[in-house]
Amino acid sequence: MGSSRSSLRGVPDGQQLLQETGCEPERSGRLGWFCLGLRSEDLEAELSENPIGDRIVGAFFQPGQETVDFPSFVRVLAHFRPTEKNWTRDGVQPEPANSRNRKLKFAFQLYDQDRDGKISRTELLQVLREMLGLQVTEEQLQSIAERAIQEADLDRDDAICFDEFRKSLEKVDIDHKMSVRFLE
Amino acid sequence: MENFWVGVLWATEIWLYLIVCLIMIPAMFGFSLGISETYMNILVKTLEWATLNIQKANAEEESAKASASNGLIQREHGSMEKELEELRRSRPKPPVGGDFTLSDCFYFTRRGIESIVDDEVTQRFTSEELVSWNLLTRTHNDFQYISLKLTLVYGLGIFVRYCILAPLRITLACIGLTWLVIGTSAVGLLPNCRVKFWLSEWVHVMCYRICARGLSATIRYHNKENRPKKGGICVANHTSPIDIVILCNDGCYAMVGQVHGGLMGIVQRAMVRSCPHVWFERSEMKDRHLVTKRLTDHVNDKTKLPILIFPEGTCVNNTSVMMFKKGSFEIGATIYPVAIKYDPKFGDAFWNSSKYSMVSYLLRMMTSWALVCNVWYLPAMHQQEGEDAVHFANRVKSAIAHQGGLLDLQWDGGLKRAKVKDTFKEQQQKKYSSMVVGDDSSSNSD
Repeated sequence: MGSSRSSLRGVPDGQQLLQETGCEPERSGRLGWFCLGLRSEDLEAELSENPIGDRIVGAFFQPGQETVDFPSFVRVLAHFRPTEKNWTRDGVQPEPANSRNRKLKFAFQLYDQDRDGKISRTELLQVLREMLGLQVTEEQLQSIAERAIQEADLDRDDAICFDEFRKSLEKVDIDHKMSVRFLE
Repeated sequence: MENFWVGVLWATEIWLYLIVCLIMIPAMFGFSLGISETYMNILVKTLEWATLNIQKANAEEESAKASASNGLIQREHGSMEKELEELRRSRPKPPVGGDFTLSDCFYFTRRGIESIVDDEVTQRFTSEELVSWNLLTRTHNDFQYISLKLTLVYGLGIFVRYCILAPLRITLACIGLTWLVIGTSAVGLLPNCRVKFWLSEWVHVMCYRICARGLSATIRYHNKENRPKKGGICVANHTSPIDIVILCNDGCYAMVGQVHGGLMGIVQRAMVRSCPHVWFERSEMKDRHLVTKRLTDHVNDKTKLPILIFPEGTCVNNTSVMMFKKGSFEIGATIYPVAIKYDPKFGDAFWNSSKYSMVSYLLRMMTSWALVCNVWYLPAMHQQEGEDAVHFANRVKSAIAHQGGLLDLQWDGGLKRAKVKDTFKEQQQKKYSSMVVGDDSSSNSD
């Protein structure tokens, strides 16, 4: 990735994007050139090593789309900006992309691939299989999924909805773990 | 009008005589008149002055956190174990059902996003960014106007580089190549005897010296007692095709490569007349056994020169060493590792083959200030008992990276163009599974 600068002029709806995501134009411009035309098959080297690399790339694409354009790319990346400490929920401004809630929602959607608002047992088994590969047996996988659902599922519907997901992670320091810091 | 042409002719004659006397003859006989040293001294002083100027100008603004890497983001380098421990801090470990939490995916997600934005591998295929400027816009991506004096010096620099140095260098390069072809063909006509051998070495070294002067190359050789001997394989890190010129200035090697057409083909055919090199047809390259056999035959013949091989297989930007291909380490010959490190202050030697063709790359080289590099000869290495080729290759690679001050990366240089093998993903999965189910997981054997 070279570091050629591009100005806001080159980005369609640049001002609106800036307001929505909070990403500064110079920094996001540096990323812009390589993601134009990013296809779902283009996995880079380090990303191929990541067990859920496919899912992460899939999160950039809207369902049914084969390409991602720059605004969508920035909108997804905006989830990973470090949280601002002084933002308060006042109901007037739209929630920024990098709030704790939105970060959790992003993680939730990585599990919930069919976007029905719940993580079913099948979906959990799928993601566990991806992360653990062939290193565990089918029984071990089932028992891990069973325990995870029992712990988190409060209304006993055999699936984890977003509220249950959020509750089970309320003690985790999301900001630090789900943030990427840009250098000057 | 005629006087004008007579004048031009006369000037060209003087020019050529000067070149022959001041540059070619010293190159042929291996001594130096001290002109390059003076030039380099002036150059170093000018660059230091330019750097001071820039630093003074920047002192008022906030000093940039000038990282010498090409990174865009701050990467967390905690291990998987440490980070997952932190994520799970709030929970007690459950007795049954594995130690998995819904927050485990955060670690992988963040790593994934970091990889998408900026990964270790792609960085190695762009040129290094310098902390201070060396009066070449091509190395400084954030060029700004600083002061009139600096701009004047920069303008003078352009004039000197393009109008004085470049024609001189191009002339030298052409003379060097032509002489290589003629000289080696002439030597090839002699019958096989010791004189022929000695003459061929002399012709080769002389021509490479002329080419090196053609690039204003200042090369420092360290540990000359470890120089590669006959019947061995010399192994080095690869940054550009000029590596060959650099190494051959101090000894004769047998080259390995594909047969090309055109100008390269002529040079190759001429070289092979005077001493044996290993040139492969394109079809033969696919057949690994044939390649190995020819290399083994060459190495076993103790009268033949050491083979020069670049195991990375592609040009890398001289900040790191990529994975070595194991082919040359399976032959069982003595390996002589060599580390080459270019000084980026004077010119960027990296050949980005997807960005520049060979010709435009050479022109860029000839319009840089100079080429300064250090060559370290490392002690010979042998494959130990029970050591497989991959392990041996990694050992050699670490030695080279350590000596040259380069990063030792596990990645394959071929990733410039190709995809990653699945074994890396399996390693990550293994690590993670040992955290979730502990070490009694029923994994397939390694």
